Parts: sequence; C-alpha cells; structure tokens
Amino acid sequence: MKAIWRVFAKELRENLRDRRTLISALVFGPLFGPLLVATALSLTFRSANTQSDRPLRLTVSHAQRAPNLLGFLREHDVRIRTVEEDQAAARRAVAAHRGEEVLLVPEDFGLRLTAGQPASLLLFADESDTDSARSVQRIAGIVSQYGEIIARLRLIARGLDPLLTVPIVIHPIDISTPASRSALALGTLSYLVLLTMLMGGMYLAIDATAGERERGSLEPLLTVPVRREYLIYGKILAACAYMTLSLALTVTAFAIVLRFVGLDRFGMSADFGPRVAVDIVLACLPLVPLGAALMTLVAAYTRSYREAQTYVGLVLLVPTLPLVFAGVLGLQPRATLMAIPSLSQHFIIQSLIRMQPLPAGYVALSVCSTLALGALLVFAAGRLYRRERLLG
Amino acid sequence: MIEAEGLCKRFGSLAAVRGVSLRAPNGRITGLLGPNGAGKSTTLRILYTVLQPDSGDARIDGISVVGDPLGARRHMGVLPHGAGLYPNLTARENVLYFGALHGLARAERRSRTAELFRRLEMEDFADRPARGFSQGQRIKTALARALIHRPRNILLDEPTNGLDVMAVRTLRGLLRQLRDEGHCILFSSHVMQEIAALCDEVVVIAHGGVVAEGAPEELRDRAGAESLEDAFVRLVAGAGEDTDR
Repeated sequence: MKAIWRVFAKELRENLRDRRTLISALVFGPLFGPLLVATALSLTFRSANTQSDRPLRLTVSHAQRAPNLLGFLREHDVRIRTVEEDQAAARRAVAAHRGEEVLLVPEDFGLRLTAGQPASLLLFADESDTDSARSVQRIAGIVSQYGEIIARLRLIARGLDPLLTVPIVIHPIDISTPASRSALALGTLSYLVLLTMLMGGMYLAIDATAGERERGSLEPLLTVPVRREYLIYGKILAACAYMTLSLALTVTAFAIVLRFVGLDRFGMSADFGPRVAVDIVLACLPLVPLGAALMTLVAAYTRSYREAQTYVGLVLLVPTLPLVFAGVLGLQPRATLMAIPSLSQHFIIQSLIRMQPLPAGYVALSVCSTLALGALLVFAAGRLYRRERLLG
Repeated sequence: MIEAEGLCKRFGSLAAVRGVSLRAPNGRITGLLGPNGAGKSTTLRILYTVLQPDSGDARIDGISVVGDPLGARRHMGVLPHGAGLYPNLTARENVLYFGALHGLARAERRSRTAELFRRLEMEDFADRPARGFSQGQRIKTALARALIHRPRNILLDEPTNGLDVMAVRTLRGLLRQLRDEGHCILFSSHVMQEIAALCDEVVVIAHGGVVAEGAPEELRDRAGAESLEDAFVRLVAGAGEDTDR
C-alpha cells in the first residue's frame, strides 16, 4: 500500500516540472473560465436591463408649467431633477452629459391642453446611446399613459364611454426574473468549473498508460514488486490532486472575477464569497476520482499518446453533456436526476450561487452515486492495468 | 538462477513461444540468441513476469513466476527493450523512484544509487533531467535502475542496441564484473559478436523453440561449423525445416 503513496509522490513531482500539465491545470482553466463567464454575464446584464425596474432619471425644464404631469411621473418612480433651460441649453446639456434626457415643457403647454389641442413636449436625448434610447421609450410610455387618462376624462366630460376608444387590450405577461434570464451564463459557470477540473488531470491520466507505454517506461515499471493496481491507484490519486488544485484555483478565480460583475443583479447570492466558493469546491470533489478514472480508462485503450489526447479530449465533453441538456431542456432538480454525476453537481452549484438550497437528501444522493460510480471506474482501471494487452 | 520449463505463449493465432525450457546458472552469462521474431523477447517477458505463460513455468531462485510473480520480481533486475525513463526526472530521481518501489529505505536507496553511479561512471549527468540523454546515458540509467535492489538475477533485452563502441565496452565490463560476483545474467541478442564476446552459455531460439544450448565452442563443434555464426545459421535453418515438416 505504501507503493501507492510513492507513485503518487513521484507523479506529483514529475508533473510539477511538466509545462503542459501546469498550463492546462493551473493557468488555462482558472484564467479562461472566469473571464468567459464574466463576459457572458456582462452581456446578459446589458439585455436584462431592458426589462429591469431600475429607476428612471429625468431632467425636466420648466416643470412648473405642467405640475400634474410631474406628479404623474413621480408616481411612476421617475426621479425628477428640475431646471430652467431653454431649447439650446437643453441640447447642450444632453450633448455634454451622456445618458441624460431632458424633457422641456413649452410655455404654451397648459394653454393648449386646456383648449383641447395637442400639447407638445420636447424630449432631448442622444439615442445613439442604447441606454438613453431605452429611457426615451420608457418616458414616452409613461407620458402617453398620462395622455390617455386625459383623453378618457375628456370623453367622460362629453358623456361618452371612454372604453369606446379601446377596442382591444393585450396583456403581455413576462414571468422572467433576472436569475432566469442569466440562466445560460450561470449554467456556463458550472460547465466551466467541471471542464477545467477535468482538464487539470488530463495529462496525468494520459501519461499513466499511453504516455508510459510510448516512452517505454511502462515495462520496467511493471517489473517492480508492487501490485499493478497499486501503481495505477497512485497515478489516479496524483491526477486527483491536480484536478483538485485546478478546481480550487478556478473557483477562487470565479469568486474574484464575479465580485466585479455584481452578482446580486442576477439573483445570485449577494456575494460569491469564500463560503460559497468552498461549498462549490466541496460539491465538485466527489466527481474528481470519477473523472480521473474515466480519463485513465479511455487513455489505456488508445494506441498512442496522440490518440489518447484526441479521445480524452472528447471524454472531457462527456461529463459536460448533461449540463447542456439541462440548459436546453430547462431541467429542474429531481431525485432521479440527482443520481446522475456531473448533472447533480451542476444542480448543486446552481443552488449554491442562487441561494436556493436543495434538500439534503438530494445532495447525499449526488455524493453517493458519484462516489460509487467513481469507485467502480477506479476499480476497472486497476483491472485494466493488470491486463497484458496494456503493453501494446 | 533462472530455470524455465516448457514455456508456451500464444498471441491470437500466433504461437510466439512453443515449449521453451532453459537454465541460466549463477556466476554465468547466458545469451539468448535468435533471429528477429524468434521469441526471445517473449521468453524474457515471461521470465520477468510482464507476460503470463499459457502453460509451463519458470523459477527465479526457486520462486515460480506464475505462482508468486511479486516474489520473483524481488529477485531480478530487468533492463527491458528500449529503456524508457521519465524525462522530467533526473537520472538520480529515476533510479531512486525504483528503489522506493522496491521498498528500500531512504538512506539505503541514496547510498546504493551513489554507488551504482560511481560504478557506471554516471556522475557527470546524474542530476540532469533525463530528457536530453544520449542512448548510452539512457541505458546506463536504466541499468542502474535495474540494479538498485541488488538483484541476484539480471535480465537484459537487447541491451547493446543503439550503443556506441565505448558504451558497449563499459556495459560488457560491468556484466563480467557482475558475473564474477556470482550473479546470474541472462540477456538476449541477435548480434553474433555480442554473444561470442560475452557469453559463457548460449541458448539458441528459433521459431519459438530452443534449438540448441551449450557453451559457444560446444555449439560450434556440434554443428560442425567454423564459426559460431555458421553454427547459428545451420541450427536455425535446421529448426526451420523441422517445423515446416
């Protein structure tokens, strides 16, 4: 049994000197993953803004000319700043401050309204700025609501049913929340965490069989008085160590990067702090031996290092497939689904970052089924190492 | 002491080894001579327990390679074909690793490695990564690795392949030394001069079976040939006719 640790120690040390392993385990994943998700989240956030109930800011010039309108705007959560500017000044103000919209109330506004004539309002904005364009839409919406109210009051005053002018009403019902709108970006997070975790052990797994065989060190290794399965267990253990390191680094990098993205806007736990990060690492740990053994098994069946790289590269995608299905089909955690390794880790990660805890039984089921399958694969890898055909 | 009895091994429809029996005594260098594909490597691989024979058995110092392969491995040092090293480890680390796997204590591994490196004249590259080693340096490292646990029996598969003259001389000198210390040495080669220069005993293998064995002079006399090479050709050709019939 001591031999397992000796193989483990040697693999650990040898791979510390291997640039390929280091880059894939310690640099590529932790950098690439978080950056990708941060970008995806920022993009989601921009579009999520459209429907957001972020308060509108509006500069109103000569507000005293339309006190009722002003009251109506305030009722609709528009934050008003009042100024006294003429058209030219309003134009300059908008040009000078990007994102500012100025509503100018002309002098004859009250008169025309009383006379039952169309009363105009001037809204200055720079619509090349998409944020500004959205604000204009919202302001126009609120103002036209106000206009409709006046119109109805006029009809009532003339003894007509105001509903006559409303032949059809459509009610769009949007049930989206910021969290659900960012589902894709968040799904990517668990996908990348699992992917980089697997990548961390990829080269060690390939090396355990295809690599040893290709450089001719497998045969001498098999002549030492150590049970062959112990040799492979040591190697799998080393792969696990690198995967764990890669996992921890990636999650840490996520925790740091996402702090700057502003997670609360996505319904994620207000801070993706150390506590959540540790929980995510713990949630993924049961998947580590499974991944290491799976990659080792696949590599053992290949004939060369290059072939092993190709196939193990494909295997990296296998544990991430359930995540894609979950995303596309909109799967929700269920007992049967929690028994599927990688999918269940995905659900756990999602529940952690959204602060929607899963039942303890679900988590236990995930841990047990993942560890059980992992143990099975580790055992199978040990069996495989005993076969003569391993020598190629 | 290595004794093999009726070793057979098939790979699919190919009978690689058909009933090989041989004996390599202590204090002698025994050469396994045969053309390419005769079954030399397969025989050696069975002896050093990487392959399991379909039938037959072999004993290393009395320990069965079939019944107790781990025990048998403790008694042999093996230099397989190719001598692959770990490129990111130094020569010393490569050897120490195998010492550890053989269960040697830390102090013992260190002193034994230093001793072997002196003996094999490896000190100038002992602490360089194996990545850029020449074939000679690789073989020396692999040999030190095979000898780390002071095995009584030493098995070498085509050890001089790819070595330059100087390296071959060093290797021969070392094998003779080990023989004189009472080790049992069994090595395979298809190079006649190699066998003639070094071996006390020769086992000629052709078509998966032993066709002759004895001292080089004996074989020459028995085949009625001028040189060992002629003897070899006649013996192998004779075996070919034998199996063809």
